[in-house]
Amino acid sequence: MNVCTDQLAMLLADEGQLLSVSSLAYDKRTSAMVEEAQGYIPNTGRAEEVFLLKPDLVIAGTYTARAAVTMLERLNIKVVTIAPASSLKEVRARILDVGAALGQTERAEALAAEFDAGLAALQPDPNARKPRAALYGANGYTVGSQTLSGEMLTAAGFINIATEMGLTHGGTLPLELLALAAPEVVITSQPYPGASRSEAVPRHPVVARMQAQAVSSKMNDGDWLCGTPFVLRAIKNLARHRERLDK
Amino acid sequence: MTRLMAFLAALTAALFLASLAIGPAAATLSQSLTALIWGDGTPLTLIMREIRLPRALLAVAIGASLGLAGAAMQGYLRNPLAEPGLIGVSSSAALGAVLSLQTGFAATFAMALPLSALSAALVGVLLVLTLAGSRGASMTLILAGIAISAMAGALTSLALNLSPNPYAAHEVVFWMMGSLADRSMLHVTLAVPIMALGWLMLASLGRGLDALTLGEDAAASMGINLKRLRLMLVLGTSCVVGAATAVAGAIGFVGLVVPHMLRPFVGGRPSRLLWASAVGGAAMVLAADIAVRLILPERDLKLGVVMALIGAPLFLHLIYKTRKELA
Amino acid sequence: MSPLLSLDNLTAKRGDCPVVDSVSLTIGQGECVGLIGPNGAGKTTLMRAALGLMPSTGRSSLTALTSAKRAHAAAWLPQAREIAWPVTVENVVALGRTPHLPRGAKLSAADQAAVSEALAQMDLDSFRSRLANQLSGGEQARVLIARALAQQTPLLMVDEPIAGLDPAHQISTMQAFQALTEQGKSTLVSLHDLGLAARHCTRILLMSKGCLVADGTPQEVLTPKLMHDVFGISVHFEHTSEGPVFQPLGLT
Repeated sequence: MNVCTDQLAMLLADEGQLLSVSSLAYDKRTSAMVEEAQGYIPNTGRAEEVFLLKPDLVIAGTYTARAAVTMLERLNIKVVTIAPASSLKEVRARILDVGAALGQTERAEALAAEFDAGLAALQPDPNARKPRAALYGANGYTVGSQTLSGEMLTAAGFINIATEMGLTHGGTLPLELLALAAPEVVITSQPYPGASRSEAVPRHPVVARMQAQAVSSKMNDGDWLCGTPFVLRAIKNLARHRERLDK
Repeated sequence: MTRLMAFLAALTAALFLASLAIGPAAATLSQSLTALIWGDGTPLTLIMREIRLPRALLAVAIGASLGLAGAAMQGYLRNPLAEPGLIGVSSSAALGAVLSLQTGFAATFAMALPLSALSAALVGVLLVLTLAGSRGASMTLILAGIAISAMAGALTSLALNLSPNPYAAHEVVFWMMGSLADRSMLHVTLAVPIMALGWLMLASLGRGLDALTLGEDAAASMGINLKRLRLMLVLGTSCVVGAATAVAGAIGFVGLVVPHMLRPFVGGRPSRLLWASAVGGAAMVLAADIAVRLILPERDLKLGVVMALIGAPLFLHLIYKTRKELA
Repeated sequence: MSPLLSLDNLTAKRGDCPVVDSVSLTIGQGECVGLIGPNGAGKTTLMRAALGLMPSTGRSSLTALTSAKRAHAAAWLPQAREIAWPVTVENVVALGRTPHLPRGAKLSAADQAAVSEALAQMDLDSFRSRLANQLSGGEQARVLIARALAQQTPLLMVDEPIAGLDPAHQISTMQAFQALTEQGKSTLVSLHDLGLAARHCTRILLMSKGCLVADGTPQEVLTPKLMHDVFGISVHFEHTSEGPVFQPLGLT
């Protein structure tokens, strides 16, 4: 019932073990496993809908529709809630958690080991120059280093300007201050369809100008959003980006 | 009169400079202006040219537009309660803007967004004039305004809620209250040409509005072409309110507060009030936008909230004064 | 000389009902014409239709003109006394100069003189800088008459100007209209005070149910028969050394 646990479950479950994933798993902007998700029944996270599927187990995120989750619990369906990963270390833990819930401990441990190895392999050259970068999202929200995205940025060999601003977890960074900080890279996210003024902030000409001056980068949100092994792919792309900066 | 205009112009100029000097990025006024004018290639130049200058320019243009529209509507309807925001013209324009953004029409060509807002504003103005009649009695005017605002507001919320964009639903407040935060030069070039067209139309109304002080029959017998006047008023108001709302949301009360404050200083004459309200409106919106940045710099306080805090009590006062007519 | 106003079969309808029914008349120079008739006889409608302020059929010499030319040919004072804003008396009266001013121009010396003259005629010199919308009803009426006078047109059409005025100002207003005749100008004034009409008008038009039933000198129109037929009143009309004296006596 949660796009992040959905992906972990898809990676770990036996064939036929997983019945349904959330509809967000079918959206490229939020999920890295759109194709894999095709074989499952999509759900929109309403209790009624999930109940009718008669599952033995529901895996939900901590913040997934609370009302629906408690309702399912009252209907005597076993629900495991899994908190979103807020660091690379927690990604590993979540893999094991979901594995345990699905009874796929071995497979989970193998995946975790693979993840560790992958992460180790991505260690940036300690002598490489560390460019300054900013993650800039809707409403001018920037992400600090003590978050999953922040750790990913650091792992890819960047310095997060949010740290300079004293934002360890994240917060709103006025455009003016972003311009003043003048990071080499501004990483923005893909806009959703329709339109919103919130998303107009990272598309302001100032940001566009800064992205034109340096190398621009758009986050592939599907890889970024969740604590899944796909974060490694995002880190790899980011690191390649960094290397291109100095060429 | 000339002294009033000189005062208002000086006030607006001072507020314009203040608006350029105030922002989260700390810099002195002289540093800011140097960066703005000579472009020293530092980030400050970018900030001044792409963030603060468009914001200040929009504040001036939108303030002038709303002041002018308020003064013109009041002159035509001979009612001090007529104001684009209160009578539903602004909310109609916001609906037009939201619809064109959410359907993707706004992306089809550059002027699509302001033109959509303009068309919706036009519908709003025509509805109000039809409902309230050409002699805008307070009761019908306010009732028509409530009905149109409620309808347009509901449809705006609906459009935003149906949007596939998860952020859009949270932006009802922006469209209802208005804000100048994070606007760019793009918005200036989008809105100002259409506003300027509206200014020309509204500015041509002075003589007719003066004559209308004595009623429609008297004005017509003094050679005023009422049909043309009405057409210019409707088109001009739609242009300025539509363009302003398309880029900054529905900012209310400017057209109520400013003409009310300035009327005694222009001897009550609608023609002079037009000009005074345009300049006064610019000063008012600049001041409100500065207040927004000073009071809660971190919280994106909406400009319309500040205007409503100033305007709503005055509106109540005006209703109190006209309640004999209302009863 | 061409007439200042000529109507030919002028008809104005409200729905299907003719409020003014085929009225033909001509007003020449130097006339002070009183328009009388019971409530609802169509006096106001006749004047508004003649000015082109409402749709009508038939012909009016004024509606044939452009609105700008018409404003030089005839001034109109509506019955509703409307002064929407706190404007000074002087500025209200100066509005009468609107047709004479090019767009955006300031009042010339001649305009100022016209305003001052109109203010003096209506005994408003001391009110010049008072706010017009704060004056009493009668005072406002005088301000608005002055506005129409300031337009300085050959023809002045006024709708019940003296209703609500004190006797002195009723007389002075009628005298002001009479004075215009000496300059070759004419006035068409609707009124209910038949005594004042008898004394000050050179000619009287009597309307009843949309039709013009009599047109002539006061002596010809204010006859006991016509007064009985149209108003249902008995009257006393006598020429004295002080001029004509007309007094309604009672209902018939």
